[in-house]
Amino acid sequence: MTAAQIRQGFRQRATTALNDANLKVAINRTTGTAETKRAASVGDFPEFQAARDRAAAIKDHVIANLDHYLAEFERNAIAAGAHIHWVRGASEAASIVTRICKDAGAKRVTRSKSMLGEEIGLPHALDDAGIERVETDLAEHIIQLAGERPSHIIWPAMHRTREDVAVLFQKDHHPPPVAGDAASMVASARNVLRGKFLSADVGISGANFLVADTGATCTVTNEGNAELSTTPPRVHIVTAGIEKLVPSTDHAMALLRVLVRSATGGEVTQYTTFHCGPKRQGDADGPEEMHIVLVDNGRSRMLGDEFRTMLRCIRCGACMNHCVVYRQIGGHAYGGTYPGPMGAVLTPVLDGLAKSRDLPFACTLNGRCEEVCPVRIPLKTLLKAWRFRSWDSQQEVGAMRFGLGLWGFAARRPRLYRFGTRIALPLMRLFGRDGWIIRMPFDKGWTQTRDLPRPASRSFMSQHRKYGNKGPE
Amino acid sequence: MTTSPRVGLFVTCLVDAMRPQIGFATIRLLEQAGCRVEVPRRQSCCGQPGSNSGDRRSAFRIAKTVIAAFEGYDYLVAPSGSCVGQIRSYPSLLSDPDWNGRAEDLARKSFEIIGFLHDVMGWHPEGIRLDATATYHDSCSGLRELGIEEQPRALLAEIEGLKMRPLDGANVCCGFGGTFCVKYPEISTAILSEKTGNIRQTGADLLLAGDLGCLMNIAGRLHREGAATRCFHTAEVLAGMADGPAIGESGT
Repeated sequence: MTAAQIRQGFRQRATTALNDANLKVAINRTTGTAETKRAASVGDFPEFQAARDRAAAIKDHVIANLDHYLAEFERNAIAAGAHIHWVRGASEAASIVTRICKDAGAKRVTRSKSMLGEEIGLPHALDDAGIERVETDLAEHIIQLAGERPSHIIWPAMHRTREDVAVLFQKDHHPPPVAGDAASMVASARNVLRGKFLSADVGISGANFLVADTGATCTVTNEGNAELSTTPPRVHIVTAGIEKLVPSTDHAMALLRVLVRSATGGEVTQYTTFHCGPKRQGDADGPEEMHIVLVDNGRSRMLGDEFRTMLRCIRCGACMNHCVVYRQIGGHAYGGTYPGPMGAVLTPVLDGLAKSRDLPFACTLNGRCEEVCPVRIPLKTLLKAWRFRSWDSQQEVGAMRFGLGLWGFAARRPRLYRFGTRIALPLMRLFGRDGWIIRMPFDKGWTQTRDLPRPASRSFMSQHRKYGNKGPE
Repeated sequence: MTTSPRVGLFVTCLVDAMRPQIGFATIRLLEQAGCRVEVPRRQSCCGQPGSNSGDRRSAFRIAKTVIAAFEGYDYLVAPSGSCVGQIRSYPSLLSDPDWNGRAEDLARKSFEIIGFLHDVMGWHPEGIRLDATATYHDSCSGLRELGIEEQPRALLAEIEGLKMRPLDGANVCCGFGGTFCVKYPEISTAILSEKTGNIRQTGADLLLAGDLGCLMNIAGRLHREGAATRCFHTAEVLAGMADGPAIGESGT
């Protein structure tokens, strides 16, 4: 693909999304609720700002000492009986997981939602290996039936309305749910999924936290599906990014407090589970084998540059719920695993800037994302950092470079600049009638959908020179 | 403030070209507040078009021009939270030891007009009457970079006859975003239409805001939609200049 085609890709996807009235309804319903609930839950938690500071400090401490905590985690996880696999890239991670499944003789695996699984292309890899994959998260189940990718990191199927889902379920569920009745839809999904939980050979989950001093992995869900997909099967595989480390359970709890409020506006998730090694002698349940796949995939590269604060991200989704752009175009338009503001920073790290150059630019820099980020990631600064890189690596289009170059040249020479405005303003006014310019050549972007106020006949600077501080009366 | 401070007015390129009246309103307010106002001739733009497009070098060079022109004043004041936000970010833009200290000094004494009147000068509008209903849009940079939120509301509440109506999603971006609105016009318009929808819902006669970028964007869409809402910069209203033509009305 050429750069122009890639660029077209984003624009095309965004346009498709904007024309999808159903999508808008679906996004507004979910993000609107999330925004209201978050605000209420933060309002009920007077120490929220202090909790954010602590959360950011915990993550920064871990990022600065990542080697230490990774070694400690590995030691303790092995002592608890888990197998550790270190992986550099995405495809390597997916193939290790598939290999473990094959070694276990797996016919069927249950998977609980994990964005890292998406990042490393695990669903595809399992499908390609001919292993039956059962997505157990309700939204992931919907996505699987629809043959789509997640469009949000907390609500993967948020782009679909309840009405859509009913139609989807009626085709694949037996007995089919009653259209429009949420309870019967959930019941039909439960009916389909329950049997599969117990007959799976391998359960695959992500991890919200990796606890260094115990070697435990921690997952939070609201549906209990992570517990059901990781406890009954013989083998449990955890895939996690190396930045998920926390020093202790106490630190995990501190992060959990801001995670849940930011994500769903709840105080706690329904299920918070710590898995520490496989089943021990005398345990009633649990897997016989536990594998933890620790994935780098570009993360260690971020350690050494200005994007290191992005490693604080705890994947709550608050930035996208509050993003005006995300709320118009939805997650699929972003084209990567992670959408919204956090995705616009992460995707260029994961896929390269050339493939995702639109993302840091398709942002108004209004700063609402960082206002709600529970770990205070300076998202606006990071998005601008990508813009600097794009410019410095000559990826900006020629006309833009030329135009801005000209602007910069004049802006540093105020006399020349004033001469320019004296010529330009009367010229621009020719396109207007009364107070407005309805159609402006070279600027279709503006005048296609809005009118442009007609510029002044004389600039402020020239009027001020003539009339002084009082201006024309 | 015992002696009257010397203020350098940073005009902003949009005010200069599109709506000079905002510049004169700002001067009027500053003088009412007891400032001596000067308009340095060595100014044009704050450098935002460059830095937001990734061209750090051009923004860096414009920053030096602004610093040199304004560092002799007690304050730099501009009728735009966005430009002042940019000026306050010069220290992070400049990595030149000769300029860092000067950039920090200027950042410390740079203010957006409404915040300056309210927080620094303790000014209040006097003898201004405007029989109208108005609603207020929070411009993102002013709100999030400078904390301009209560100040305009407090000052507008003191205008006799003016009734303020709350705006749903007042603190949500209008979709302007500098070059964003022309680079991604469809997304920008979708965002903007929600904003104008909310504004029309209030039924207010006037839409007020503190940044001409947002105002041109919102006014342009309201006009295209055929809405009668008139748009003014907060400074124009506070300076008693809202009896003249609003943004885009003939006579400007």
